[in-house]
Amino acid sequence: MPFSLLKYGLRSRHVPYGDIPKTPDLKRAYDVVIIGGGGHGLAAAYYLSNVHGITNVAVLEKGYLAGGNTARNTTTIRSNYMTPESVAFYKEGVELYETMSQDLGFNIMFSQRGQLTLAHSEATLRSFHLRAEMGKYMGTKIEVVNVQTVRELCPDLNLDIGGQHEVLGGLWHADGATARHDAVAWGYAKHAAARGVEIHQRTEVLGFEKSGDRVTEIRTNRGTISAGQVLQAVGGLNGQVAEMAGIKLAIRCFPLQAMVTQPLKPFLNTLVSSANLHTYLVQSSRGEIVIGGGSDPYQLASTRSTLDQKEHLAEGALHLFPFLHKVKLLRQWAGITDMTPDYSPIMGASPLTNYWLDCGWGTWGFKATPVAGKRMAETIATGRVPDILKPFDMRRFDNFALLNEMGATAASH
Amino acid sequence: MKILTCPVNGPRNITEFQYLGPVRGADAENPDQLIESLFYAENPLGILKEWWRHTPSNTILIAERHTVTDQIIATYLPNRKPA
Ligand SMILES: Cc1cc2nc3c(=O)[nH]c(=O)nc-3n(C[C@H](O)[C@H](O)[C@H](O)COP(=O)(O)OP(=O)(O)OC[C@H]3O[C@@H](n4cnc5c(N)ncnc54)[C@H](O)[C@@H]3O)c2cc1C
Repeated sequence: MPFSLLKYGLRSRHVPYGDIPKTPDLKRAYDVVIIGGGGHGLAAAYYLSNVHGITNVAVLEKGYLAGGNTARNTTTIRSNYMTPESVAFYKEGVELYETMSQDLGFNIMFSQRGQLTLAHSEATLRSFHLRAEMGKYMGTKIEVVNVQTVRELCPDLNLDIGGQHEVLGGLWHADGATARHDAVAWGYAKHAAARGVEIHQRTEVLGFEKSGDRVTEIRTNRGTISAGQVLQAVGGLNGQVAEMAGIKLAIRCFPLQAMVTQPLKPFLNTLVSSANLHTYLVQSSRGEIVIGGGSDPYQLASTRSTLDQKEHLAEGALHLFPFLHKVKLLRQWAGITDMTPDYSPIMGASPLTNYWLDCGWGTWGFKATPVAGKRMAETIATGRVPDILKPFDMRRFDNFALLNEMGATAASH
Repeated sequence: MKILTCPVNGPRNITEFQYLGPVRGADAENPDQLIESLFYAENPLGILKEWWRHTPSNTILIAERHTVTDQIIATYLPNRKPA
């Protein structure tokens, strides 16, 4: 590899090549149609084509490839959840990320530097003990650490925070990581396209024709097509697209915002998060400090960012790292998130026999991109929902079988 | 800053208000509608009728707001929708 790279570098004529082919004309019919060209839809296309040999597949994306929440997230990857069902699922996701660059031959810049969540109260510490014991039982790397260890893990952190939010300890999750979000989507798209999957950008799904309990036709702005199986993975608009198919989901739209500073020399070696301050920070490989927090306070399906949230995130960041006060912000942005009542996703079957759901990813779905893609592809290929996905069924609300992850999600995503 | 008009106190900064969620069509007192009222809240792309509280004065009010443009169309006290 290094030798061929050298030869390539010394060659005078470089032929540019595109990883992702231009949008072709729509065919009349496909075996599988995936609605939504974000990370989740593309990962499912990758696993269908590269693992299950199903290649007559179209991905329909209303905008440009992976321009939804896949392009907007703060790339926290972790498995330190509360319920055994969630930990088992997200753990598989983290493991797939660990080998993704090699598996895809595409550098996703995976950086497993660990996530530190701060406790500013005894009550928070108690909930950390619960999560740590659950995580250890499920085989993930997680422990409750004292202030001394917090200081060693993150020497620049301001521990007393003006006496108001004194740090009492932390939850240290050595499996925690980040990756380059765009590269994840592009890597999957490239390999799916190489096997013949068609990626249709600027192709918006507008409605469905149904016959009995099956979807027969999909109407788009570029024509009507038919599909054997359909997978819905449209991010923030999952509630609305499901409704077009006549399916009511327990989803509400809330914006989630984040912002990023100018690049600094490396000083922050872990992901740091504080639930009390509703703020988390991570230093990107370019040196920028990415700052995120909680969702916007009211329902909205708009991606305008607000001054209120900018002030709020800046306040949290300055409590934790006061020396950032001179640093300039470069960008602030928002994504529309599809929030469920229990902060867990909705995956698996729908009331329609050939329509499958990969929804309700809210503020936490980037980390699940590979595992959701893999398991949804398995579901479509075999017609059976695997055990690991069963707890996430859309009917869990009707059966009062919720998977409450609110405490393990708020302000760390 | 975004301004919401409290029917009692007039136009105020939206940070003075607490969002209490959509006005629900489903009735929590009716067993057949319990699950819908607990988990399946209104989520339109369009005008949403919702509960708010002006926190300093503890005034509960209803706002009609567009969930795509974020434009506030009307605010009024419960059961006193202006004609
Ligand atoms: C600010 C922010 C920070 C976040 N931070 C994290 C984090 O740190 N860690 C984490 O795990 N998660 C995080 N998330 C959540 C994460 O980004 C999402 O859950 C995840 O990216 C969802 O991926 P997706 O492929 O399902 O959806 P998306 O990437 O949103 O893709 C869905 C696609 O469907 C398309 N679409 C919509 N409607 C139609 C239609 N009718 N027809 C055709 N196409 C359509 C959209 O254009 C979009 O490209 C964050 C989200 C935001 C907004």
